[in-house]
Amino acid sequence: MSWYTFDEKIIPLDSWIQIGVDILVEDYRDFFQYIKMPIEQSLEGLDWLFNTINPWVIILFFAFATVKYVGKRATFFVVLTFILIGLLGLWEDTMTTLSMVVLSVLFCAIVGIPLGIASGRSNRVETFLRPLLDVMQTTPAFVYLIPVVMLFSIGTVSGVIATIVFAMPPIVRLTNLGIRQVHPELVEAGEAFGATTMQVLIKVQIPQAWPSIMAGVNQTIMMALSMVVIAALIGAGGLGMPVFQGLNNLNIGMATTGGIGIVLLAMVLDRITQGMGQNN
Amino acid sequence: MTEEIIRVENLYKIFGPSPKNGMKLIKQGLDKDEIFKKTGMTVGVQDANFTVNSGEIFVIMGLSGSGKSTLVRMLNRLIEITSGSVFVGGQDVAELDAKGLTELRRNQMSMVFQSFALMPHLNVIENAAFGLSLAKMNKEKRHERAMEALTQVGLEAYPNSFPDELSGGMQQRVGLARALAVDPQILLMDEAFSALDPLIRAEMQDQLLSLQEKHQRTIIFISHDLDEAMRIGDRIAIMEGGRIIQVGTPDEILQDPANDYVQAFFRGVDPTSILVAGDIARETQTTVIKHPGKGPRTALQRLISQDREFGYVLDKSKHFLGVVSTDSLKEYISADKGASDFSDAFLENVTPVSTNDSMQEIIDEVATRPWPIPVLNDEQEYVGVVSKNIFLQTLQKK
Repeated sequence: MSWYTFDEKIIPLDSWIQIGVDILVEDYRDFFQYIKMPIEQSLEGLDWLFNTINPWVIILFFAFATVKYVGKRATFFVVLTFILIGLLGLWEDTMTTLSMVVLSVLFCAIVGIPLGIASGRSNRVETFLRPLLDVMQTTPAFVYLIPVVMLFSIGTVSGVIATIVFAMPPIVRLTNLGIRQVHPELVEAGEAFGATTMQVLIKVQIPQAWPSIMAGVNQTIMMALSMVVIAALIGAGGLGMPVFQGLNNLNIGMATTGGIGIVLLAMVLDRITQGMGQNN
Repeated sequence: MTEEIIRVENLYKIFGPSPKNGMKLIKQGLDKDEIFKKTGMTVGVQDANFTVNSGEIFVIMGLSGSGKSTLVRMLNRLIEITSGSVFVGGQDVAELDAKGLTELRRNQMSMVFQSFALMPHLNVIENAAFGLSLAKMNKEKRHERAMEALTQVGLEAYPNSFPDELSGGMQQRVGLARALAVDPQILLMDEAFSALDPLIRAEMQDQLLSLQEKHQRTIIFISHDLDEAMRIGDRIAIMEGGRIIQVGTPDEILQDPANDYVQAFFRGVDPTSILVAGDIARETQTTVIKHPGKGPRTALQRLISQDREFGYVLDKSKHFLGVVSTDSLKEYISADKGASDFSDAFLENVTPVSTNDSMQEIIDEVATRPWPIPVLNDEQEYVGVVSKNIFLQTLQKK
């Protein structure tokens, strides 16, 4: 008997996964198409909304948000940025991307913040969630892109779902961190004055963890924006489209312009969400 | 005044995965170190028994790790009780359910923390109203109550400041106001002034004492500082290694320390700030009762026969009249003024001190006068003298 030198495959994991995905697609595709409905509806609604509202109203809205959370100088910058986006002919794509980002970040926040709070308060939950988050963050997007497309078909919804998978971990992690960093004395003081578990959470822990939670939202937005191009590969519209098409046709100008649009949008959203975290 | 409000009976705290097993070992007679070696569990508080009377300041004193913070947290169950009872107004805190516990913490007992533990995101008035807002009192009413509490601690001018804009002393005043705002019967103060610098600390102690004069609350004060304990405590419990080893008034503990540990505590203490003239006064000097028929000659005779230089003249009901010396008497007699009234022979500059004056306050008098200083009680009756010898002896003993 000779020594096994790892030159043969013993575990056929690839074919198992293949079989698994096949079963999932064949038997549960209808189910996934069903889940897709509400996402598709809200996405289309949001996209329609952003693209129907007069651009100047949207610029005004962002200007107000910036004045409130950041400052006057930043407002000047934000307004200029949006005007530049418009002048570059990227307005419609930007609004589509914005609606995708808003939707996926909203979903990430609704699911991620409670998960983060739960893992901040319980070591067991944290131990369970941590490897899951690692997987979500490090698995190359291309690996789950295909199954996602097989289940949800090509289009913006698949793009949003892929974005959610990738963008969710930071908000969970940073919420968890924020809750854990609340001084134990403050929690104790809350309890000493007769706070219930819920009151400790609402009156002590969340306000204290707020900057960290907002940093999580901020990071999630950045991650969502970084998925825009990859999402474009599976037919999601928006600013990823010119980049993707430009690369396909070796149209460097087009690709770069799309890229600049993404960066500009990222800078605006980054400023505003950072300000929201610090002001509170 | 002596109505009992808290009674602690056989209270134990064991930290570790299975406190029940720890209790079994304790019942078998194992001590703290043996239990730690055997199970890795720490005995935080061991068989604590004491009562606290309504309206008194009860100081629990010990070095860090002696279990005093654990003990005080078991009174409102911030730390779960392993075994034993804490009766607050007849109700056993150990038996309370979650709701009862919340009620207790909201209405009866509030707490002041060493690290202040103010909510950084709330301004001063909201911090002071924190307990009331947890009890869901409406904003107007709780701000009114919080404002009253802030006025009591002298912070009525800062309702809209945030904690990080205030000095440490002011922050702790907010902490105190937060505890007072819920109008508790019992105030738990966990090393409340330890984080403050000495001047501010003394100021806060004075403020606490003056608040206590107006509203007699029951205060349980945790401290590692003996001077502080002596200064504010009506009674003191001394803890070592999770046990309470002595409970008593500051005087009782100082005069009769239960063991070397307690004594060691006092070694660093300046006895002149704790002992008062009444504690060290001795009736060793000659007294002369002045009444008709006993004149200066009798007095002189008495001094000479007892080999004393000074005599303390009292009236029949022991009220202090003055001090004479053999010299002053002789002079008086040689001037031959006759009569039994020899008040002309009294020495000048004799200032009697009160039994309540601390040694620190009388040190000048003791040091500068050749005669032992007479000590009078509140009724102006003579209780004895403080001589230089007694004074020095007291200093040396500690």
